[in-house]
Amino acid sequence: MFQIFTDLKVDWMGLRKPFVFISIAILLAGLFSAAGRQLTDGGTDAFNLGVDFQGGTVLTVKYREKPSADAVRNALNNVGITEAVIQDSTDKTDEQLIKIPIIEGQQAATPQPAPEANANANNEAGTTTGGTQVEVGRASVKRALDTFGAEAATELSLEQDAAASYKIVGTDSVGPVAGEQLRDAAVIATLLGMVGILLFIAFRYDWTYAAGAVIAVFHDVLVTLAFFTIFQWEVSLTVLAAMLTLVGFSVNDSIVIFDRIRENMNLNRTDSVYKLTNQSINQTMSRTIVTNGLTFLAVLALVLFGGEVLRTFSLALLVGSIVGTYSTIAIASPIALWWQSKIGRAEMKDVTAEKTSGEKLASASRRSVTRRPVTR
Amino acid sequence: MNTKSLKVRTLIILAVTLAGIYFVFGPRRTPTGADFTWTGIKANLEQNISLGLDLKGGTHLVMRVKTDEYLKVLTENNAQAALTAAQDAKLQVTGSNVVAEDGTYEITLNLGPDAQGAAVAEEVKKKVDFFNWSEDVSASAVTWSLPSTIQTNLKNQAVEQALRIIESRINAFGVKEPTLQRHGAEASGQILLQMPGVDDPERLKEIIGAESNLMLMKIVSQPNPSPVQTYPSREAALQSVGGALPPNRQILPYAERDALASADGAQPPPSFVVVEYPPVVDGSELRDAQAVTRTGNEGDYQISFSFKPAGAQKFGEWTGRNIGNYMAVVLNDEVKSAAFIRSQIFDQGEISGQFTKATAEDLALTLRSGALPAKIEYLEERTVGPSLGADSIAAGLRASLGGLIFIIGFMVIYYRASGVNAVVALLLNVLLTIAAVVMFGATLTLPGIAGFILGLGMAVDANVLVFERIREELRAGVPVNKAIWNGFDRAFITIVDSNVTTIISSLILYLYGSGPIRGFAVTLILALLINLFTAVFVSRTIFGWFLSRNPEPKSLSI
Repeated sequence: MFQIFTDLKVDWMGLRKPFVFISIAILLAGLFSAAGRQLTDGGTDAFNLGVDFQGGTVLTVKYREKPSADAVRNALNNVGITEAVIQDSTDKTDEQLIKIPIIEGQQAATPQPAPEANANANNEAGTTTGGTQVEVGRASVKRALDTFGAEAATELSLEQDAAASYKIVGTDSVGPVAGEQLRDAAVIATLLGMVGILLFIAFRYDWTYAAGAVIAVFHDVLVTLAFFTIFQWEVSLTVLAAMLTLVGFSVNDSIVIFDRIRENMNLNRTDSVYKLTNQSINQTMSRTIVTNGLTFLAVLALVLFGGEVLRTFSLALLVGSIVGTYSTIAIASPIALWWQSKIGRAEMKDVTAEKTSGEKLASASRRSVTRRPVTR
Repeated sequence: MNTKSLKVRTLIILAVTLAGIYFVFGPRRTPTGADFTWTGIKANLEQNISLGLDLKGGTHLVMRVKTDEYLKVLTENNAQAALTAAQDAKLQVTGSNVVAEDGTYEITLNLGPDAQGAAVAEEVKKKVDFFNWSEDVSASAVTWSLPSTIQTNLKNQAVEQALRIIESRINAFGVKEPTLQRHGAEASGQILLQMPGVDDPERLKEIIGAESNLMLMKIVSQPNPSPVQTYPSREAALQSVGGALPPNRQILPYAERDALASADGAQPPPSFVVVEYPPVVDGSELRDAQAVTRTGNEGDYQISFSFKPAGAQKFGEWTGRNIGNYMAVVLNDEVKSAAFIRSQIFDQGEISGQFTKATAEDLALTLRSGALPAKIEYLEERTVGPSLGADSIAAGLRASLGGLIFIIGFMVIYYRASGVNAVVALLLNVLLTIAAVVMFGATLTLPGIAGFILGLGMAVDANVLVFERIREELRAGVPVNKAIWNGFDRAFITIVDSNVTTIISSLILYLYGSGPIRGFAVTLILALLINLFTAVFVSRTIFGWFLSRNPEPKSLSI
């Protein structure tokens, strides 16, 4: 048998203080980064929010000969767009991402001049709205890019249209209203999801474990967010999907250990909760390492081969898969144990059965794993 | 597990596998020989799996009908009509006030000293429809206001109407499976439009939002043979009606010769005409409109139109009475052509004005579909070119295959023969998840692929849980056959608990999340449900099959 761990005897619960210290350190770093960035004038915001959440326009442009970022920025400046972010695609050399912020406010100042050639036609058909983000975002960038040559005609790719020098292959344009809607929907879905998890675990185990799992999940989301603010990775809708996934994984991990604690409690009624928790974590360690190792590898495959679109999603998952494992051991289990100690079912140290209090503890711990609602 | 139940289990697995293969690779018709060739299978696969816009390319638009504006215009028009009605009946009305903002839509007619409020209200209601409005008559004024429930109804009607009009307009694109539906909360007045394969949002928006308000109006001018009376400026036109514009007159720009003059680059001199309001007939009476050309030259297109019976009747009567007079064809508040009426015309007309083929066709289309009830505002626009979509598919496939190979390699090395068992269960999980996606008609998106990969991860976890448990039992000295069943029994609860937790959170994501998140949730839920079948039922059957050949093995390759 090819084994990673056979007989582990680590006192994980004894390590809870350094663990909590590490978590708090990371969270504080994230907090400082977020607050620092937000409060510094002219700097970046706490989070590098994608257009999904704050509105704006991102265009993916494919060029025949890619101009430098500075050239594009100049061209954009000439049409009145000053705060563009220009980013070369990491996996395709002829593509570029152009991100421009919300331009709603300045629209009144720069009415869109109709191209001379079809002025008449345009006036006749006439679009109905004055100019929202979605109306003018793409059009303005197109005007800027037209200085490098013509865009490939509709229905033709860049390769098919010999006269063209670029083609907009993708647009994401989100107005402030839609951005707000997406953001609200995302936050509501996440919070409701957590409530759902809390109720299910409380039903299957009890409230102390439910609290442990949910606090661990909060911890994971916050730590992942800390990484996103520190490294300024872009927060988009797909990152949110990743967050929700890691919530699922983290809870999954917690459940595997809780399940083992519940089982061990039924087997060894005389052992303390503290000891049983340690024992359960150690017993499931092989599984933890194998599963999370595999997840990590699968996510690594996403980071390496998933391309530009999945990049931030994969990064979030990569962080999440590590943090999720860690938090089960370092956060979820100690919190469940700590709460039980508060209500007299367990103690925060290794109390063995020989001591006089053992009997009482053991029976108490048995109660903690029944599905009866805890009434107090 | 006895031999009989083993046989039943094997049959179930075979049946499910075959059904899965059929759903994924089979055609939705009587199979032919071609379906068993490589290209046939590929074609069926493409047909069966419906890809999201992010994978196959297309345009996604979220728009909002400005329903507030709709009510505002309605209120203003009614106010104008009410005032005219009262004045026509020679009632003493000194003026009207309109409030149209923040959810209040109110029309007040101020009464002269001798006017009877009730009489004014009655007279006005003969001409103007105030059926849904609440009425308040006092000594000095008559007030109509829109109750909020009626406002909601009217707004809803406006959105529904916009939806129908947009539908008829986008039909011109000939897109195979467009999605057009209400979006978000009903009160938000939002509409979602997805057009697969369309990667030019500008033209799409132009056609959706195009305003095409056609009116035929009488021009205030000496009849033919005098030339039509035009004015060089708005002020001059205003002078001709005595300096102040009465409610039954309008001044409109006359722009027929634009295209001709612009050929040499010079702007044509501005020109205005005075027309009688209300129009003789308007766009709502149109039955049909077509782009036509006599010469076939680009830039020499006209739009010919015809009226519905009621409109034709009205138009015929009017032209009969006005032979020799000038009539203006007004499109979007601009006079496109002015012509004198030679003889009575009933149902045919023409908008001349050097249109290009594309503009003429777009205009004819928007005329046919009628005017939007209110303006449209775009909230969200996403386009994915076909090349970008193809790249995403390739990336998603690469990532899935990469992850799968990693996992398979590890399982076989780490768990040896039992690992092969897990791999069989895993591959079956992949097949059945895709089959379920096809069966439920779910759309596969990029986040969907991500959900699929994560489902894979959890499928492996189930196997790992079982195998680690079996190993523990073996270490504790339990005989092989008992260790296997203990492993499955003990791990089963954990697998169910963990899968159900994730299913619960995914369900909530599906219910409350937006588009991309939903796609993710759907595939993850399907993968997890199928996982309960493959990782437990299938994997267990394989072990049962192994034990049936050797009921008391000395060792297990795990």
